[in-house]
Amino acid sequence: MAYYDSLDNVRAEITRCMKCGNCQAVCPIYKEVLGESGVARGKIQIAKDLLEGELELTDKMQDIFSLCLTCKACAANCPCGVQPDKIILAARAELVRKKGLPGLKRQIFGVLGKPQRFKLGMGMAAKLQGFGLKKIPSSNAAHPRFPIGIDTRRIVRPLAKQSLLSRLPEVSKVSKPKQRAAFFTGCMLNYMYTEAGKAVVEVLNANDVEVITPKSQHCCGIPVFVHGDVKTAKAIAKYNLDIFAAGNYDAVITHCGTCIGAWVQHYPELLLDDAKYSKLAEQMAAKAYDVSQYLIDKVGLKEPTGQVAANATYHDPCHMVRGAGIAAQPRQVIESIPGVTLTEMQKPDRCCGGAGSFSLTHYPLSSQIRDKKIADALSVKPDMVLTSCGACRMQLEDGLFQAGSDVPVKHVVELLAEAYVKGGGRDSGQKTG
Amino acid sequence: MLTSKVIEQLVGALGKEKVFTDKEDLAAYSFDATADMPKVVPEVVVTPTSTREAQEIVKLAAQHKVPLYTRGSGTNLSGGTIPINKGIVMVMVKMNKILEVDAENLTATVQPGVIIQDLNDAVAGHGLIYPPDPGTIATATMGGSVAECSGGLRGLKYGVTKDYVMGLEVILANGKIMHCGGKTVKNVTAYDMVKLFVGSEGTLGVITEIIVKLIPAPEARKSALAIFRSLDDAAKAITGIINNKVIPATLEIMDNVTIKTVENYAHVGLPTDAEAILLIEVDGIPEVVEKEAEAVIKVCKENNGQLKIAQTAAERDEIWQARRDALPALAQLSPTTVLEDATVPRSKIPEMLKALRDIAQKYQLTIGTFGHAGDGNLHPSIITDETDIEEMKRVHQAVDDIFAVALELGGTLSGEHGIGIAKQKYLEQEFGEAGIEALRAIKRALDPENLLNPGKIVQP
Ligand SMILES: Cc1cc2nc3c(=O)[nH]c(=O)nc-3n(C[C@H](O)[C@H](O)[C@H](O)COP(=O)(O)OP(=O)(O)OC[C@H]3O[C@@H](n4cnc5c(N)ncnc54)[C@H](O)[C@@H]3O)c2cc1C
Ligand code: SF4
Ligand code: SF4
Ligand code: SF4
Repeated sequence: MAYYDSLDNVRAEITRCMKCGNCQAVCPIYKEVLGESGVARGKIQIAKDLLEGELELTDKMQDIFSLCLTCKACAANCPCGVQPDKIILAARAELVRKKGLPGLKRQIFGVLGKPQRFKLGMGMAAKLQGFGLKKIPSSNAAHPRFPIGIDTRRIVRPLAKQSLLSRLPEVSKVSKPKQRAAFFTGCMLNYMYTEAGKAVVEVLNANDVEVITPKSQHCCGIPVFVHGDVKTAKAIAKYNLDIFAAGNYDAVITHCGTCIGAWVQHYPELLLDDAKYSKLAEQMAAKAYDVSQYLIDKVGLKEPTGQVAANATYHDPCHMVRGAGIAAQPRQVIESIPGVTLTEMQKPDRCCGGAGSFSLTHYPLSSQIRDKKIADALSVKPDMVLTSCGACRMQLEDGLFQAGSDVPVKHVVELLAEAYVKGGGRDSGQKTG
Repeated sequence: MLTSKVIEQLVGALGKEKVFTDKEDLAAYSFDATADMPKVVPEVVVTPTSTREAQEIVKLAAQHKVPLYTRGSGTNLSGGTIPINKGIVMVMVKMNKILEVDAENLTATVQPGVIIQDLNDAVAGHGLIYPPDPGTIATATMGGSVAECSGGLRGLKYGVTKDYVMGLEVILANGKIMHCGGKTVKNVTAYDMVKLFVGSEGTLGVITEIIVKLIPAPEARKSALAIFRSLDDAAKAITGIINNKVIPATLEIMDNVTIKTVENYAHVGLPTDAEAILLIEVDGIPEVVEKEAEAVIKVCKENNGQLKIAQTAAERDEIWQARRDALPALAQLSPTTVLEDATVPRSKIPEMLKALRDIAQKYQLTIGTFGHAGDGNLHPSIITDETDIEEMKRVHQAVDDIFAVALELGGTLSGEHGIGIAKQKYLEQEFGEAGIEALRAIKRALDPENLLNPGKIVQP
């Protein structure tokens, strides 16, 4: 059984915690709230009390377990090898099973569980957002006009007028394909950072990889899962697995820390006791790559020749660096670009505080964590901040804006695509429409 | 017993957001890092952000005669922060300002909630260090480490926390604030109150400001790992190094059980048939470091030690990783790790290690021992399972034996982890009846109502 199916499944994980408190040193939430219920050690004790019937499920408990970025810094630093993020997710799932989802989440997740309705909704939202968002002059960002569940202080990317999936051809061919890869776009790319999505196809094509982008793919489902709605998450996982298993690909390419985590870790875990899907999930996990990882480890990156003079710094998305263990490859991609210097900030792998909807539901706390990240990034005086995840990008963009900085944030492969174009490589602009 | 009136007054003094009463929050303060201890849920948790607020809390506790448990990061290993009589837990972590770094006088003044590592980071720019470096340097607070008198890997050459505390601000049990010590290198006025509060484990007063001594950071260092087939050879090397007038900054030992476990866990290439490994680091002025390193190498070789010397920073890290892995590796073997802190005179280390081996055999337990060989401070760690009642009985008997032997060898109950609840019952063996009476007299004089961390060290 998957560990989120019952709190009892994480009992062994809970027992392994020796209560040393080492997690305090690295937990971004604890560093802000300075309370034991904010850190893994305290949460593990609370989960234990819940398991043993000494505490019951309350709203307060829901609040406590919601205070976690699932950044896995605690797991990486734990001398006993405990994975507190698993315990916290299992507790969240238990809360949803026993108490149900709050109304708004229930509605949103309900729609997420139905891919067609979700697409329709997002399309409508893209058209109607002008009412809700106030564009910030001379930038590609906006403030919400009134609190549509989002703090009005935060800036967001307006939804793209046309989604990435509607712009990309189903097949992006190259003359002599070395590999055939399927592109899992994820929602941030599909609905907001569509240019970055185009860049993925371009760099893959430039490396002689034929790209297939299945039109009917859906969100990875992780936002639903981290809020404890395991049932919907399983349904979404199966849906995506079906779609991507239907074609014959050498690889599934993602472009976001959470999406890669979904394919390599969460789908196999979620579907552990589903005879048919667990095997499928394993097979697909073995084929799933982040785009930088794929280019470096599998394809053998074609070194770009175009110059891009820039001092760049790189932010490691938590789910990329600790979830999937990908840190070297994006850096190799960056360093392959002539003219680019990569200057590391002090803690490139510290969480940006975004954590999906955490930045929406806990904006002030999320901002405090973000501001530390931004200060660290700006301390190296970068011309641009690079990352490998749309959600991190949005958080970093908001942070830089709030700090009064106009340093842009880009995905690693966007810069690579730029270098290819400058080097006279093909601009697949026409190709992708 | 706490009444709602007390909570109301606490809220009145501090504001709602600094007073926790939800049972979920309280549950998170019912324990600390000590294994095999009762879990006790406090009645209220407060988080002052200033001395004035802390003083208000102490006054309220005194006025209503409510037990008050001061807490730092809760990483202590003697049950020191468990609110055994319930009452108020006062968490000091939000008083975390470094008030001053005085490079001219080589001092720093800090609030108790400052994390030890943060102080080191703050003084590094001045080329200074604060030497006490417990394994929890990245989590433990200055207040907690002063109250516990923490030691660390550098204890042999640089001493423990009490050697660096120069002055304190303390809230007494009656709510009055006293100051003792200061920035002067020389200070012999009256009783040494600073030393009295260092290591007092929150039982005599609440520390709200600390002046510490800083020292210049060593310019160079050199590390080596020496492998010994026999325990006696390792022991001779330890005494040999010091007889050669070399005081290493660090001189650590790992026994065979620990070596095997670390190797199994981290695969760093340790010889699993070795009886002991010494990890040695000398530091200071480059020329002296060279000379001392040579002496260390010579002594180890003379005693049949097989040597690995770190040439680069990466190799140095590798050596220390083995030591850092000791506790985690042991801890991963089983659900519960009872980490002890028996300390003997340096020359008695082989005897102590042998005794530990016998005790493990006698009670059929796995005991891995590692520790600060240079200063005789050993950490025998018993690998067990709290839920196995029968085995825990044997664990407790083994612990009794461990401390009996340590004291017989002229040692002490604690080299750095304090007494707390965990080692109370052995205290009279070390202090004798007259000694215990003296401890009690001090406690009664400073805390007549027994409100500060009651149930720890001595009963009044
Ligand atoms: C994995 C691990 C490794 C460790 N390694 C070492 C080591 O190498 N050396 C070592 O010495 N210790 C070590 N320890 C023990 C522990 O980290 C130290 O005792 C540490 O100094 C405790 O600091 P703290 O802030 O966590 O204090 P806490 O645990 O919160 O409190 C400790 C004691 O201090 C009192 N106290 C706290 N703050 C104040 C205050 N402001 N005023 C008055 N009293 C106060 C408390 O009442 C309690 O009695 C280790 C612990 C662990 C879990
Ligand atoms: S989760 Fe790990 S690091 Fe945190 S207290 Fe437990 S054992 Fe220590
Ligand atoms: S996952 Fe991150 S935020 Fe959550 S407890 Fe661990 S360190 Fe803290
Ligand atoms: S991880 Fe984020 S961006 Fe990627 S699919 Fe899931 S929700 Fe959408």
